[in-house]
Amino acid sequence: MSDLAMDAPYRPAALDRAEQGLLGKPIDRYEGPLKVSGAAPYAYEQAPEGTAYMAVVTAAIGRGRVTGIDAAAAEAIPGVLTVIHGDPRMPAGEGNSRAMPAMGSDEVFHYGQGIALVVAETQEVAREAARRVTVHYDEQPGRFDATAVEVQQDHKLGFLPPVNRGDLEAALAQAEVVLDRTYTTPIHFPAALEPHATLAWWEGDQLLVRTSNQVIGGAKGTIATALGIDKSRVRVQAPYVGGGFGGKTGVGQEAIFAAIAAEAVGRPVKVALTRRQTAYMVHHRSPTTQRLRIGCDREGRISAIAHESVAYQNDDSAFLEPVPFGTLPLYAGEARRFRTDLARIDLPATGAVRAPGEAIGTFAVECAMDELAEQLGLDPIELRRRNEPTRDPTTGKRFSTRRLLDCYDEGARRFGWDKRETTPGSRREGEWLIGMGMAAALRGNFTVQAEAEVILGADGRATVKTDMTDIGTGTYTILAQTAGEMLGLPISAIDVVIGDTDLPPSAGSGGSFGAGSACAAAALACEDILTELGLRMNAATDDLRLKDGQVTAGARTTPLADLVRGSPIAAKGKTTPGKESQATSQASHGAQFAEVAVNAVTGEVRVRRMLGVFDIGRVLNEKTARNQIVGGMVWGLAYALTEDAVVDPRNGRFVNPDFGEYHVAVNADVPQIEAYFIEEIDDSANPVGAKGVGELGIAGSGAAVVNAIHNATGVRIYDMPVTLDKLLSSLPPV
Amino acid sequence: MRFTINGSKREADPDIRASLLDLLREEFRLTGTKKGCDHGQCGACTVLVNGRRINACLTLAVMHQEDDIVTIEGLGSADNLHPMQAAFVRHDGYQCGYCTPGQICSAVGMLDEVAKGWPSHVSDDLSSPVLDEAEISERMSGNLCRCSAYPTIVDAIREVHDA
Ligand code: FES
Ligand code: FES
Repeated sequence: MSDLAMDAPYRPAALDRAEQGLLGKPIDRYEGPLKVSGAAPYAYEQAPEGTAYMAVVTAAIGRGRVTGIDAAAAEAIPGVLTVIHGDPRMPAGEGNSRAMPAMGSDEVFHYGQGIALVVAETQEVAREAARRVTVHYDEQPGRFDATAVEVQQDHKLGFLPPVNRGDLEAALAQAEVVLDRTYTTPIHFPAALEPHATLAWWEGDQLLVRTSNQVIGGAKGTIATALGIDKSRVRVQAPYVGGGFGGKTGVGQEAIFAAIAAEAVGRPVKVALTRRQTAYMVHHRSPTTQRLRIGCDREGRISAIAHESVAYQNDDSAFLEPVPFGTLPLYAGEARRFRTDLARIDLPATGAVRAPGEAIGTFAVECAMDELAEQLGLDPIELRRRNEPTRDPTTGKRFSTRRLLDCYDEGARRFGWDKRETTPGSRREGEWLIGMGMAAALRGNFTVQAEAEVILGADGRATVKTDMTDIGTGTYTILAQTAGEMLGLPISAIDVVIGDTDLPPSAGSGGSFGAGSACAAAALACEDILTELGLRMNAATDDLRLKDGQVTAGARTTPLADLVRGSPIAAKGKTTPGKESQATSQASHGAQFAEVAVNAVTGEVRVRRMLGVFDIGRVLNEKTARNQIVGGMVWGLAYALTEDAVVDPRNGRFVNPDFGEYHVAVNADVPQIEAYFIEEIDDSANPVGAKGVGELGIAGSGAAVVNAIHNATGVRIYDMPVTLDKLLSSLPPV
Repeated sequence: MRFTINGSKREADPDIRASLLDLLREEFRLTGTKKGCDHGQCGACTVLVNGRRINACLTLAVMHQEDDIVTIEGLGSADNLHPMQAAFVRHDGYQCGYCTPGQICSAVGMLDEVAKGWPSHVSDDLSSPVLDEAEISERMSGNLCRCSAYPTIVDAIREVHDA
């Protein structure tokens, strides 16, 4: 096994020598034909004959205890196999490798918590029986109004400890210009289109779980822990996942329930949450209150910056939204304070939703920078340029690669930023007010341990194996491109097998670390294969040239298949973070631009154009990377304008737990969007030099829209999303 | 009950509570048609019934005696793609793929509506609408894509329409 810790910058020499020309190319998705023809199986599909159906009974109170469950009426329905409750292995919520929920408890932590399960011959019977289960409660008062609870400064939640550098208050007092603004962001649902679903069955004492999950290696351990069995008895598969967005990083209640149910009935059992259940049984992004203070001189040089927030969590969960994560390395300034305080509430768990931190933190910092630039009479890009740090201003570490200034410049040029009116509200077309806005995008980059195996078969085809998932992120395709590039094979000669914990353990899909980590592991495995090919070719590895299945060393050219000579070459690669990961500050960067039209009469906002330029290290596949970035930009658009989950403060229920009322972007909301890359391979990040893509697009894109609304109308809204009602009263006279 | 599904005669005895979507997915195992919401809010379950696109989750199976139903599997297969399926691959009109069968069935049904001259909310000319980007986006807004591949979905549909 080629085992590489990132103790120093590293790039496989073979990647620089490669002649296949696959990596980075905008090739079509490997699994595309299966997806467009409906043949790609997701968790709930292609279940074995005899699979029983499960429905989950959920709590109808917001806080309290279950005092009794009467299942007689449900059990009497023909077709009902069993009703299960009170099993000590039943979790009260979602679990993951770092934190487990309460187990076997009769406590209700929030409305909609799964408390009993019904297994039946058909979906219709399971659903009806679930409604006939009567649950008795001891209902207790709950904390449902997140703005009305006490805030704790002294807590241990989350992975971002508070930062206090220098004397912030003194620096603010001395600053010539100070901006002090408070922003609020609402609850966001991850709302993957495929609801959480699991198919579970036992073969002897082995448990098989096919589930809609982003990180199956972690899920395997979590499931084993919840059930109190050894990890080696659990196998998890997720060959296709219908979107994740953070919501499928842990193990939902329904997966454990399905395993318990399958054991009880001695048959495979499957369950899919209803859309409304996903709002309660899947974590959401915490609402936040964010106070942003910036102190600077009259030229805009920042001397003090503080991003202080409050986020929420229930009593049974340990995550805390890392609100200022993207602000930490963004701008210069000696005195710095970053902290996120905690409020405890009795609502479903909050957790990581696409770009935890940046997705909402950038609303505050990037809208504040826009307002500060206006106060100083500076172009917003110029203000950012004047505060571009040369080292990480919070940690003092050197940047691995950072092309933020280039992103601003290229973005401004392509977008036509010079045509922006500096006086807000001065461009009008009929009843529409037109404005332009921009924002910086930044998403921290993580290096995570990952393994992959590559096998060069006797037929000259290569197979890549790892337990990575493809949640729409292009994993199948970029793994094939990496192996093809390293081994000189066309994409048609590569097989990719992923989404099964029997394969080498990867990092899974989350935090935008999946692509870089998995492809790095595959590239390292290929390096070992090349070494072996060199031996078989009787040539130095560095002298090998590989293309289209042929190996050339000097004047000799041989088909790869001949070199394999009936004995396949298998190799494993493993990459782990190391000293270089520790010593550098790593992030993906970008510049976001938006043009909006605001109806002067109704306050309706239409986004007319969006454009972004991004620095994501090596681009592994230009087509899938661009699509993912654009998808993130659309999320920012929807965060700016529509997404807003509302809690009923009387009972802890969501007012809008489905697509009918929780408005994700639809096709008509989205203009054509342009995204470009400035490619600088980041050798400090991982052996393929790729940084995260999936979450970067959402960072700053919403702020660019909100800043464009201000430029169009002169109105600043600090409470996201910017809906018509908030805008209308402040619009200039028609 | 009798149905014609993807050109073949099929029989079933559905539960009166079963939706057409569940009949297709659970009884006939045509799992290409997806369930995203079960409430007519996402379009993942779009199929063609007697040539028109509908949300299969919003209609009961028992309402479809003798109906002619086409699902994504009936449009084309992985090694013999329908032009709309091929265009979605070429333009990367998807990511996770979960909304995709619904998008494709919806797009095929939508182009037929345009060919028949049906106007939409954004049509300037109500008698013979021109299928530009705004028309495609408007007419495809019943199909959510949480991955938000909307721009490439529009590109794919436009290419098929213009061909
Ligand atoms: S599943 Fe039918 S519209 Fe969502
Ligand atoms: S491709 Fe994932 S929802 Fe559309």
